[in-house]
Amino acid sequence: MGVYALRRLAQSLVVLFVTSGLVFAGLYLVGDPVEILVNPNADQEEKLRTAAALGLDRPLLHQYAIFLKGAFSGDLGRSFVFGQPALEVILERMPATLELAFLAMLISVALGIPLGLYAGLRPHALGSRAIMAGSILGFSLPTFWVGLLLILVFAVQLGWLPSTGRGPTEAVLGVPLSLLTWEGLRHALLPATNLALFKLSLIIRLVRAQVREQALLDYVKFARAKGLPRSRVVGVHLMKNILIPLVTVIGLELGSVIAFAIVTESIFAWPGMGKLVIDSIFQLDRPVVVAYLMVTVFLFICINLVVDLLYSALDPRVRLGAAK
Amino acid sequence: MNRDSPLARFARDFSESRLALAGLGLLAGVLLLALFAPWIAPQNPYDLAKLDLLDARLPPGSKAGPGLTLSMYALGTDGQGRDMLSAILYGLRVSLTVGVTSGVIALTIGALAGVLAAYLGGRFEQLLMRVVDIQLGFPAILVALILIAVLGRGTDKVIVALVTVQWAYYARTARSAALVERGKEYIEAARGLGLSPARIVLKHLLPNALPPLIVVATVQVAHAIALEATLSFLGLGLPTTEPSLGLLIANGYEYLLSGKYWISVYPGVALLATILSINLVGDQLRDVLNPRLAK
Repeated sequence: MGVYALRRLAQSLVVLFVTSGLVFAGLYLVGDPVEILVNPNADQEEKLRTAAALGLDRPLLHQYAIFLKGAFSGDLGRSFVFGQPALEVILERMPATLELAFLAMLISVALGIPLGLYAGLRPHALGSRAIMAGSILGFSLPTFWVGLLLILVFAVQLGWLPSTGRGPTEAVLGVPLSLLTWEGLRHALLPATNLALFKLSLIIRLVRAQVREQALLDYVKFARAKGLPRSRVVGVHLMKNILIPLVTVIGLELGSVIAFAIVTESIFAWPGMGKLVIDSIFQLDRPVVVAYLMVTVFLFICINLVVDLLYSALDPRVRLGAAK
Repeated sequence: MNRDSPLARFARDFSESRLALAGLGLLAGVLLLALFAPWIAPQNPYDLAKLDLLDARLPPGSKAGPGLTLSMYALGTDGQGRDMLSAILYGLRVSLTVGVTSGVIALTIGALAGVLAAYLGGRFEQLLMRVVDIQLGFPAILVALILIAVLGRGTDKVIVALVTVQWAYYARTARSAALVERGKEYIEAARGLGLSPARIVLKHLLPNALPPLIVVATVQVAHAIALEATLSFLGLGLPTTEPSLGLLIANGYEYLLSGKYWISVYPGVALLATILSINLVGDQLRDVLNPRLAK
């Protein structure tokens, strides 16, 4: 186990190193941030001064070396636009994104497991067919378009929920959270629903497929033959075995929800890191884009590792790092 | 051709699901509309000289200007007085072209890499699969977004990003399918006959690894179209001169809050119809081509 975690860590460092280098060089080639930052009427001298102040007058390799040196001590550079350390800018917006991702996952799990169970246990019922048809629709709906429809219906026409922004926040252990107040929850409901739709369809299909597969196995027949009530067979015996693949998928999808929040945040003007990175790409704010990438890749690596460890803890048959 | 040819059996199995047939019909309709857009569309939406700004943001069913072959704007007009129906038909063309082109390139690269990995084994296989695993650990949208940020914008760059995102799925599928095939006797026979590795890979392994690849391809093309639309919506996709469906939806975004829904909603319906029909067909293909479910 220890060797396994170490090898994964080494691999992750390589990934971080390679992506940072690629993005660093790529953004350098795409355009000159100085042109965007200074007043269009500024003369050549002022442009040069700005470039020097941001360290952009040095050769690319030199700039990258400075970045790497800083990165090892936790300094990912200063944002060209905000003038603050890039990592700080990202971390300020992280709670908003994680909050949204968490609520979206909660919605999709809370609805997806019961719906999937029902569709799997009664595959031929009319309700099950409706659920399955709905899940194909959920897969096919483009996320950003659904976001627009949600705004159109619930904010513009019905006027029930606010269309943009995040509600008031309350500090919990120093982290600003908005889900604890009614107003904050109201703001989060539309974007979280938008983000949840795709995952909901995925979880429904996964649970259904698992239930149909597992229900045929001998242990279910045996439990029934023992005369156990149906609720216990489904709720304990079946559920335990379905949970194993489900935990993996939910874990991995949490990462994808964080990435997909880029789209949802842009539509609903949710002040999270996703919206920040889109803005930064447009403004060629390289330190923020690189820092976002480092932070997200790091998040993913952590999530993947936790999922792997959890998987082996839940399923004793899985041995991590065993020789092939 | 006798009645039980593989193709006939395939057609029979496929048409067992009415939903899948409906999907196939819808897909055929979408493809025809996109293919014949220049002849069907009431207006050439790219010809700025033909647009009348006075006709901007008219609701669906309004009386059309003189430049149209239809007497009304069936789906309304956009902010520049462009007929939405025409814009959608042309946008469909752009979206499908980008989706299918990237899908075909990714399929070619991924399938060759995967089959080769299965055939050669060793270092090449290990390295390739490691790269595939790492890449698939990250969501497609993130990889595509970063690539576009790094490469800059433009149709060719969007295609490069979509290919990069997709090839790994094909490579993984092709490898696992080819691994199963490699152990079979006909490959041994082909080796025994002294055929060249290139011939064995291309003529024997690849065709037999094709069914699962086709299933992946339908799913992936739908994904690619959705992803391109998303990138275009975020302003990081195709150029604005020939807007895809995603860009049309983005253009209508600013009018949405004032209740002018048609500029965003109808291109979205077209996008949904395209993706939904591909998914319906793909779902049934997965069942039909799955050897484990064969009767």
